[in-house]
Parts: sequence; structure tokens; C-alpha cells
Amino acid sequence: MSKPKVAFYWCASCGGCEETVVDLAEDILGVVEKVDIVLWPVAMDFKYKDVQAMADKSIFATLLNGAIRSSEQEEMAGLLRRKSQYLIAYGSCAHLGGIPSLANQFEREQILKFNYEDAPTVVNEAKVRPQLKFEENGRHPHLPELRNVVRSLDQVVDVDFYIPGCPPTPNLTKAAFAALLSGQIPPKGAVLAPDTALCEECSRKASKPSDIAFTEFKRTHQKLLDPAKCFLAQGVVCMGPATRSGCGAQCTEGNMPCTGCFGPTSRVRDQGAKILSSLCANIEAKDEAGINQVLEGIPDPVGTFYRYGLAKSLLRRKVNLSANRVPSSK
Amino acid sequence: MSELTPPSPAAWTPRIIAFFCNWCTYTAADLAGVSRLKYASTTRVIRLMCSGRVDPQFILDAFRQGADGVLIGGCHPGDCHYVEGNYKMLRRFQLLKRLLKDLGIAEQRVRLEWISAAEGERVKTVVNEMTAQIKALGPLGMPQAFATWDQEVSELARRTGDAGEVESQEPVAAAK
Repeated sequence: MSKPKVAFYWCASCGGCEETVVDLAEDILGVVEKVDIVLWPVAMDFKYKDVQAMADKSIFATLLNGAIRSSEQEEMAGLLRRKSQYLIAYGSCAHLGGIPSLANQFEREQILKFNYEDAPTVVNEAKVRPQLKFEENGRHPHLPELRNVVRSLDQVVDVDFYIPGCPPTPNLTKAAFAALLSGQIPPKGAVLAPDTALCEECSRKASKPSDIAFTEFKRTHQKLLDPAKCFLAQGVVCMGPATRSGCGAQCTEGNMPCTGCFGPTSRVRDQGAKILSSLCANIEAKDEAGINQVLEGIPDPVGTFYRYGLAKSLLRRKVNLSANRVPSSK
Repeated sequence: MSELTPPSPAAWTPRIIAFFCNWCTYTAADLAGVSRLKYASTTRVIRLMCSGRVDPQFILDAFRQGADGVLIGGCHPGDCHYVEGNYKMLRRFQLLKRLLKDLGIAEQRVRLEWISAAEGERVKTVVNEMTAQIKALGPLGMPQAFATWDQEVSELARRTGDAGEVESQEPVAAAK
């Protein structure tokens, strides 16, 4: 009997998720022994047409990382969905939109203008922008189109499972492979990590105050951080209470507060609203001026609370941005 | 709120979701009713035990499902039946206002008011004021915005024939 086929693909992401696959270290040999890798652009040479030639559902599982923000990524997401029995959103970007979805606060034109004209490191006097189609030596190459909206994978195609994290940990990845390969298929839509808050596995939990009254919020560079005490008790924003566990509390072990990359637990719909609710309720001041003064310590609530999940938040995007189709240059 | 459907532009009137606390503002709205006060019929009132029960998710979800404004009514400072609930709401409200502004929702679309059980007249004033302000702003139209945003995806899906399996993310966008 032939080995199950597995594909890895990346869309709008930094490459960190691919690192995690490599971080399986020797265990990756165990995985490779049991599966045939049929697509992994970052590490091996396959062509899209190889995938197109496969029969539908002939790939056992595809792990796709990265948000979806270009026509090419959409097309590949659709193609891999069609060819795969199980499509797994791998990592924060595919799961929730990730860091790239913070771009959902800006117009597409603002993003292009900054990146191709205004950024201090850019030299582009002719103000050249990427074109969808151009001619070179008689050939007519075309480039993908950047979308107005950054999306999570499940906002583009149907997704079977989610492996959270920025990046997911090798342990979760290994456990997911083990479950799938042994036929213990999790329920559809499952996030393959524990359904408890990060605080549950944080070694600082014992020092988490049951009754807290914030008099100020400090950012991590503004304060010497106590390596053992709960960050909330130190007046530092920690997303732990609103974030799913399963990462092994690596950040808090490294003396940095949780920034929320595992997304919310199943009982929470909007991670940002929930941590806002929890933090604000426990401010000490009772008058508007006093409250606002404490809240000055959180200068960018969207970037702090939705760092990994603006695309999957209730509002998804700054609401008054345009979504006009870009006139494609035909 | 599943009955909310996209309004036709001409017939549009604001839709305001009002979260009123059981002990003060809801009773005040009752008083406004038995006193036969007339005010704009723009609010859909949801009674909660305390303004401290208003999860910020409720407010975002109201906008997402088509509300044009959200009004929260609680007891005056010091009068909360549960001692602290209205302060918790006030603190959340201060940051939520900033967050909503950063996400492009005008400040006048959310309002927090302390209205005691005796202030039926105040319910009338606040609802009328907010209705006028939101009328001036026009519809927020989140369900329609979601539908427009998602056209980007459906167009490509149509071209490549990979459509079909995505379930609609938005409850209202699909209606009518």
C-alpha cells in the first residue's frame, strides 16, 4: 500500500511555520518514513502543474500556513482544497489572519505607496509598481494581484483543522501528525491544542492576583520585568487570560508576556474584545480622567489585542476602507 | 437580531441596539412607557441584569450584524445594585471607544449613559439625540460591507471553478 501523500504550502507568512516543520528535528524522519511529501516549495522542487495533475482528494493532508492576500494564494488554497482530504490551517496567519492581517487597518493603495515609494529604504524614483502583466522578450508573464482584504484560510476555502501558533510548536505538529496517521481523526473544525487559557500552563500562575487593581500599564521596554511574578501583577499587558494554551508558555518562561498567537479558546469569539474586557474591568480608577490616564499605557489597542487575529475578529477590518476591485491591466 | 435585513437606502432609519440594566435604565424605559412619552422607535432594547454584564463582544457583534449604533444604560456611579458593575462598564467603554475609532467606527455610534429608574424623561432625550446623530452619520452597513469585501474571493472562485465549499462567514450578508 502506498504511503499517504502530504503537502506543505505557504501563503502570506514569514517562513517561521516552515521552520517548525524542520524543528521536528530527528522526528521529521519518522514523519517522512510514513508519508510521501508531494509539495513543499520551501524545501523541495515541485511545480504547481504537478499538483494540478493529481486526482482530487489524492493528497491525504495539506498543511497550509500564511494568510491569504493575493489572487495566487487564493488560487492555490482552492487547488489544494480540491486535491486534499484534509486541509489544515497551520499557524496563526492561516488560522486567524496573523500579523499580515494587521494590514486590514489600511487601504491597499496606502500599503502599495508606502512599500514601493515612501518607505525610507526604498529607492524608486520612477515610482515603478508591480504590474499584473508585462512583456519581456516576447514573453507575457503575469504577477498575482494584491487583494484589498487580508484573510484567514477559512475565509477563502473550507478548512478541516487548525494548528495554532506563531509558529506552532513541534510538539503540537507531531501530535497532529500522529493523530491523523493513526486514523484518530479529530472533529471537523477542531483547533488541535488544549481548550484552556494560557495561564493554566504558565509557571507564574501562582502569583496571579485574584483581585487586581491596575494603576498603570507599562510596556515591556519601560520596566524591568520580574522573572517569576505574573505579568498582570506587574501592570504589564499579558494576553494569557484570553489566549489558548498549548505552547508550553515559552514566552512567559522567557520573561516576556503572552502576545496571543494561539488565538482564543472555543468559548471566546473575539479575543481582543475579551482581553479588553478583562483588563479594563480591573482598573483602579473610577472616574473618566483617572481611567484614561491608566489606559494611556495601551497606546495601540488594535495592534496589542488583535496582533494575530484581526482578520478573524468580529469586525475583520477597519470598517470604512474601500473594497473596490482594482482595475486589472488587461 | 436575525430579523435584521439590509435596509433600502430611502426608507432607512437608524437601528440602535440598547443594553439596559435591569435595576435603573430598563425601569426608566418602563417609566417612559407608562408615562406615555413619545420618542424615536429606533432602539431594540436588550435587558441585562447590570451594565457590567455588557461584554464588549456584544457591542462588536451588534455592529457586525447590522446595528447602526449601540446604547448602553446603567445606574449612576455609586448606585449599582452590584456595587461595581457600572464602573467596570465605564472602564471598558473608555478603551472600547478608542478601539472602535481605530477601526473606523464613529464615536457617536456608541454611547454610555447613566439613567436612574426615575429618569424616564432622560431615556426619551438620549434616544432622540442619538437617533438624530446617527441619522446624520448614515447607515454603518457592516453586513453589506462584508458582502462587498467577499466579492474579491467569489470572483476568483468563479473563474477557477474552486467555488462551493466555503460556508458564509457572515450570518446576515447571505440574507436576501
